[in-house]
Amino acid sequence: MSDLTIINSAMLGEGAIEGIKHVINVMCEPHWFFIISCIGLAVFLIGYRRFTKPSFAIFTLIAFTVFYAVSALDSDFWSIIKKADNVPITIMMYTLGFCLWLGFRQAAINDQNMEEGKPLLEAGSDDKVLVWPDLVYAELIALLLCTVFLIVWAVVLRAPLEQPADPSVAPNPAKAPWYFLGLQELLVYFDPWIAGVLLPGFIVLGLIAIPYIDRNPRGNGYYTFKERKFAISMFMVGFVILWVVLIVFGTFLRGPNWNFYGPYEYWDMHRPAALQNINFSEIFWVRWMGQGMPTEDVAGLPYYIFRELPGIVVLAVYFFIVPFFLRVTVFKKLGDQLGFVRYQLMCQLFLWLVLVPIKMALRWTINFKYIVAITELFLNV
Amino acid sequence: MAILSNVFLHLHPVAVRKSGIRLSFTWCMGGLTFFIFLVEVVTGVLLMFYYRPTVEYAYFDIEGLRAHVTLGLLREMHRWGAHAMVISIWLHMLRVFLTGSYKPPREFNWSIGVILLVLTLLLSFTGYLLPWDQLAMWAITVGSNMARATPLIGHEGPLASFVMIGDVPLVHAGDDARFGLLAGTFVGPNALLRFYVLHCVFIPVVVTVLIAVHFWRIRKDGGISGPL
Repeated sequence: MSDLTIINSAMLGEGAIEGIKHVINVMCEPHWFFIISCIGLAVFLIGYRRFTKPSFAIFTLIAFTVFYAVSALDSDFWSIIKKADNVPITIMMYTLGFCLWLGFRQAAINDQNMEEGKPLLEAGSDDKVLVWPDLVYAELIALLLCTVFLIVWAVVLRAPLEQPADPSVAPNPAKAPWYFLGLQELLVYFDPWIAGVLLPGFIVLGLIAIPYIDRNPRGNGYYTFKERKFAISMFMVGFVILWVVLIVFGTFLRGPNWNFYGPYEYWDMHRPAALQNINFSEIFWVRWMGQGMPTEDVAGLPYYIFRELPGIVVLAVYFFIVPFFLRVTVFKKLGDQLGFVRYQLMCQLFLWLVLVPIKMALRWTINFKYIVAITELFLNV
Repeated sequence: MAILSNVFLHLHPVAVRKSGIRLSFTWCMGGLTFFIFLVEVVTGVLLMFYYRPTVEYAYFDIEGLRAHVTLGLLREMHRWGAHAMVISIWLHMLRVFLTGSYKPPREFNWSIGVILLVLTLLLSFTGYLLPWDQLAMWAITVGSNMARATPLIGHEGPLASFVMIGDVPLVHAGDDARFGLLAGTFVGPNALLRFYVLHCVFIPVVVTVLIAVHFWRIRKDGGISGPL
């Protein structure tokens, strides 16, 4: 083999790797990353009995680890995941993946057993064991393992300490602690009063409300998916997609100026800012009505209310009419079970949950910014 | 009798259901969250011996801790423990949800658990500022800027401009929700002291009380959940 062919084949290999990296970089763009995650979750939930088989789980674990390890060879990817405060995210991805498998595996076995009339994994609930020594013994082991884990982590990895705080030197990007990065990512699509105040509030209130809304008496105290499909699917969308996936995205794929950077891309400070985004009122008045934006008060209405009237109507329909439409279509059975108040509460939380991906999709497709944009009052939705 | 008269032996009943304590059922995440909380309390108290929450000293106390303590386990364990606690409490919530353990009679205890989850995040968030380095200051700046946009009580929040007596606006940068959080209009010395007190005294005390209620309710509601 001549030197030339060696060089050629090396370049070809290099080219192939660059090509694969490019494809993955593109697949990690916000819309693809989000859509692929959603499809992944949907496929997993539909085929949970097949995908939780140990052989498939081990295959997924190995495939993900190989992908992660090979990716770590890339200096740009490595520089992100090696950051001390990003290490918890790697740990979270593994532990969450394992726990999801463990839970859904037992749900699959229980669902199968119920169909065949066999006892549940949790059956024999009347058998009692003494806390001392049986439970305390197990707790001691768990506690020791946890201590060892923390000590090893503490010895191997130093806690970060950057330059002393300086109010005049802002880092770019400035990021919140990692567990809030899902919310910071939502700032791309919503104003702070929604992403930082309203949505966290709804998350907390919604979580507290779960047991009072979900009146399905089945699936109490054992793993099952079949008996609680809607409840578990909603929780998975909220927790896995809108919380965890957005955290991973906000940490690994958002660089300077909160621009998107693929996992193998260098964080270039000088990337141009995003495109100009457009409001619903602009689409309505300029594009559809073919006139300028209203600037005069109309019939006692301040001009900005009149200007945003189309968006206000859209929101009113979304939050007040859609629940009744859903009540007689997809949520017919659920609505009968819940009764009026519980149904309305559930539906409002559901609509907020759905509004997040809707606005994301509108941004990706038509550079949509606000449905209602009363900038004069900081009231933008 | 020794068991009856000792409060610490009342965390657990004398006997528990065999199916309830299988590791694959509970994942042990609630117990680990509590254990990590204890680790945080112990390391946190030790750190308080070395740390002064003022702009002059805070950073250099942490730096000194790093420079002079061999292996520097103390601060590392506290920080990594905090991250681990955030993850383990999420996984605990996931387990409780997947087993439907929030269903009657455990609705109330689930609500307590959600509040504990929020407080855990707030504990971690307030602690994030204390090293007083660039990472800390700007993460808290990003986080606390959200408060500025609170409806009605944040000066850049919706409708805040309507909150006024006569012609005097009541909500401005010097007295809104963010000001209440930071004790200032930016992350400065007052914010450091405020976060220190919240982190070391106020939130841990509330968490401790709620943990007691949480554990007591587990027993009241029939122990670890199982098929009815």
